[in-house]
Amino acid sequence: MKEGKIIRVSGPLVIAANCTGAKMYDMARVGSLGLIGEIIELKEDLAYIQVYEDTTGIGPGEPVLLTDQPLSVELGPGLLGTIYDGIQRPLDLILAKEGNFVTRGIEVPALDRNKIWEFEPLISPGEEVGPGDVLGVVRETPLILHKIMVPFPFKGKVIEIKGGKFRITEPVATLLTKEGFQEIKLAQNWPIRKQRPVANRLMPDELLITGQRVLDTLFPLAKGGTACVPGPFGSGKTVVQHQLAKWSDAQIIVFVACGERGNEVADLLLSFPELKDPLSGRPLMERTVIIANTSNMPVAAREASIYTGMTIAEYFRDMGYSVALMADSTSRWAEALREISGRMEEMPGEEGYPAYLASRIAEFYERAGKVICLGSDRREGALSVIGAVSPPGGDLSDPVVQATLKVVKVFWALDDRLANMRHFPAINWLLSYSLYAENLKSFYQSKVAEDFPDLRQEALQLLEEEAELLEIARLVGIESLSSRERLVLDTARSIREDFLHQNAFHVEDTYSSMRKQYLMLRNILHFHHLGLKALEAGIDLEKILGLPVKERITTMKYEPEEAILLDIYLAIDNEFKNLQQQQQKEVLHV
Amino acid sequence: MYKEYLTVANIVGPLLIVEKIEDVKYAELVEIEAGDGQLRRGRVLDVSTERAVVQVFEGTAGLDVERTRVRFLGRSERLGVSEDIIGRIFDGSGRPKDGGPAIIAEKWLDINGSPINPCARDYPSEFIQTGFSAIDGMNPLVRGQKLPIFSGSGLPHARIAAQIARQAKVLGKEEKFAVVFGAMGITFEEANFFIEDFRRTGALERAVLFLNLANEPPIERISTPRLALTCAEYLAFDLDMHVLVILMDMTFYAEALREISAARKEIPGRRGYPGYLYTDLATMYERAGRIKNKKGSITLIPILTMPEDDKTHPIADLTGYITEGQIILSRELHRRGIYPPIDVLPSLSRLKDKGIGKGKTREDHADVLNQLFACYARGKEARELALILGEAALSDLDRLYLQFADLFESQFVRQGEFEDRSVEQTLDLGWQLLKLIPRRELKRIRPEFLDKYYRT
Repeated sequence: MKEGKIIRVSGPLVIAANCTGAKMYDMARVGSLGLIGEIIELKEDLAYIQVYEDTTGIGPGEPVLLTDQPLSVELGPGLLGTIYDGIQRPLDLILAKEGNFVTRGIEVPALDRNKIWEFEPLISPGEEVGPGDVLGVVRETPLILHKIMVPFPFKGKVIEIKGGKFRITEPVATLLTKEGFQEIKLAQNWPIRKQRPVANRLMPDELLITGQRVLDTLFPLAKGGTACVPGPFGSGKTVVQHQLAKWSDAQIIVFVACGERGNEVADLLLSFPELKDPLSGRPLMERTVIIANTSNMPVAAREASIYTGMTIAEYFRDMGYSVALMADSTSRWAEALREISGRMEEMPGEEGYPAYLASRIAEFYERAGKVICLGSDRREGALSVIGAVSPPGGDLSDPVVQATLKVVKVFWALDDRLANMRHFPAINWLLSYSLYAENLKSFYQSKVAEDFPDLRQEALQLLEEEAELLEIARLVGIESLSSRERLVLDTARSIREDFLHQNAFHVEDTYSSMRKQYLMLRNILHFHHLGLKALEAGIDLEKILGLPVKERITTMKYEPEEAILLDIYLAIDNEFKNLQQQQQKEVLHV
Repeated sequence: MYKEYLTVANIVGPLLIVEKIEDVKYAELVEIEAGDGQLRRGRVLDVSTERAVVQVFEGTAGLDVERTRVRFLGRSERLGVSEDIIGRIFDGSGRPKDGGPAIIAEKWLDINGSPINPCARDYPSEFIQTGFSAIDGMNPLVRGQKLPIFSGSGLPHARIAAQIARQAKVLGKEEKFAVVFGAMGITFEEANFFIEDFRRTGALERAVLFLNLANEPPIERISTPRLALTCAEYLAFDLDMHVLVILMDMTFYAEALREISAARKEIPGRRGYPGYLYTDLATMYERAGRIKNKKGSITLIPILTMPEDDKTHPIADLTGYITEGQIILSRELHRRGIYPPIDVLPSLSRLKDKGIGKGKTREDHADVLNQLFACYARGKEARELALILGEAALSDLDRLYLQFADLFESQFVRQGEFEDRSVEQTLDLGWQLLKLIPRRELKRIRPEFLDKYYRT
């Protein structure tokens, strides 16, 4: 290994001389402590290295070891359920080794070297295989079957393959490739900044079900799609992300807490193991990987953390799983980028961010998608990415937000005004959008109900109309509105309070199945339709709004039984029928 | 013996550039001897083979290029701690200021600390009763939380902080408790207010104070909060105490940081503050918390004055992104003579959910809290409407909400400086106000609680 010499230290940036031959984004071990760093600029024989650990006590003259390897992650059985820092060091092992505080220069392997896995081969010697072909499987957790794939770019004939018990460093198969024999182990490495290859990309056309009504019904995200959640502080962004991690129907969750609060990460770490997967009843951790780099941990590792998460997510996608990656928050990542750029004395762009900010963000989100994976079975995998942004002062003109909005297809606008009114999830129904609604139309029709897209459209229209009417009411008073308009206001209010408002901490309300969402919305709109008819028949608005079933609509979300929701539908019918009969009697009486 | 350098090349603002150096490390502590023999201290900010940039804590006034001697001490800044530290007053660099002897250190701690391993953290869930309805009822504080007070100049944040320090307790428990107070750039009067208040209530015996006053070197302020937090870590995680840390005023701290950044000619971020302000603040704020299997805890209340009451100012904004919520003071309430002038709606405590409810405060707390928020928000909207259209234009219901908002401010938020309300009193007061509103409007409260509390 080649050795350079430090000539300057400035915070997380270290400059070393005598580094001829070093490659961009190669990893380096810095100083006598051997801190982990990455080369981010080369100038003649000088290498600029961003260091992923605190550089206190490092000085000129100390050595830099050039590893000649790019910063990579280790991919193999043992990833699930582990909590890593930004550069894939397991935090629980660091805890066991070093105590309550994260110290420097610690070396711990990303995957357990001693754990023994049961490998079950799926192909036999003599078969020709290429990159991505599944050689066999390991039951990593009761929930997830870990597929052992031929690493890219190897191709050849299987000479030997055996089942049984293996450590991740032991070969399970041997290929004869053009270049010669190649041993395949349970684990492989992949550089974090390089996209993992796929066979084909597809259009996302399947709904990622989250159980959150405002998302699934109004602003859906497709599997393999990208979404952005901005939010001024205090608008409940984190709760929304946690809800997604807990409830979305992705098979694998990768959660990147990037520059996040320590206590919130602690909440995540303490609550995840207790959470049960709604389908299997198993702990959610069995299908989750967490990358935690809190705001006080080294800034350069924060920059790397979202790539670490992305690469792990891609790896599971390559097995044919539906994966959801949540990055909270990409603004913190962009700030890390800015901090490093500032230290390198680069010419700043907008707000001090480097000029390449937008292209880095686009590159990141472009790694999402629904794909046909490498491998002869042409399995499908999807990687959905949900990135949170936290613009300063909630100002959406912030460069990070703007660059993000250019690439993502779904925008969930968190609104602190709604949060102040304790309307949760505080997603503004007027500002948010989803460009997947069209793609998903046939999905809704075949999987939920034929009339669901229409109901959805009507709900959106009512909310839009409400905003206009409220504006008029504000100017000239509510009295000037017609009965029909007031019914619209009441229905829109019902959509907001009885449908969109969802209590994450209520046992029943925290998750709504698509069926329940449909029934709820149908009830509200059914009431609206019959209400409109009743108004036409000359019935007073007060009488309509005074119907007892109104009360039942408000508590609908806490009902576990489908039967009750259906019963409410019938009750609406009955009560309006009674109202009509009453009206007819009165008319006759007069 | 340390090598002495007489090779100061430049002096720029608070920075010294020392040349022809050997074996100097990043972030090392530096001792500087002025021409008159007076000693100052500093820290290496940037080091290359030929020169080091040193930030001088006491400022560079009176230093010259020729006679200044510089010694690199080979270690980072440390604080000597022992049990005797409790009850003492120090200056902003950790030297005794109360006339007492120096602390005989049981151990020396690096003031920069290390990040707590996220896996070692325990989630804060013990409710702290501050005695303020606006905090306990609406934005409850829990042990291990960091909850800043966003204030403005001329608002009574000091009185509120002192009252919290005086009244804070965990229900049903008697445990070792300490207050660490770090003052950055505040006036003598403000500092004296705390000292006198602590002395009068006997709190001084279980307090540690680090004071950097307005007339003291601004660069020293970079160390002051770190000293306070290092001391707090020792008390919490070595001596099993529950520590409340009050840092005041973070705005002056950030300004000192900006001064150094400007002197180094760094590319500025927003409003001239350095791009690493977020990371820098985070390395301090994140030292609050709880650790599994440790009895003690650090609860942090940083106070900052927002220039022009602007909460999008970088200091307030970045603080809000790191801390778990914020208590915002309102000039409007203050003008109307309401103490504490806590603006309930934009204030927030992110950790409240696990700290309240049955067995912690009361079963109905969460629902009442949400309902009060909703009603007050609606009442304030009605108030705005009334301002434009006149009160006559309001519907009957809106008029009720308006009345609710007025009473909420004058009875629920307002209280005396020595009025210590229990959380039950606070919740009962909340119910009393909610009775103004018809029951069917109270959608945020579960029916069983309405049955139990709304009637009586």
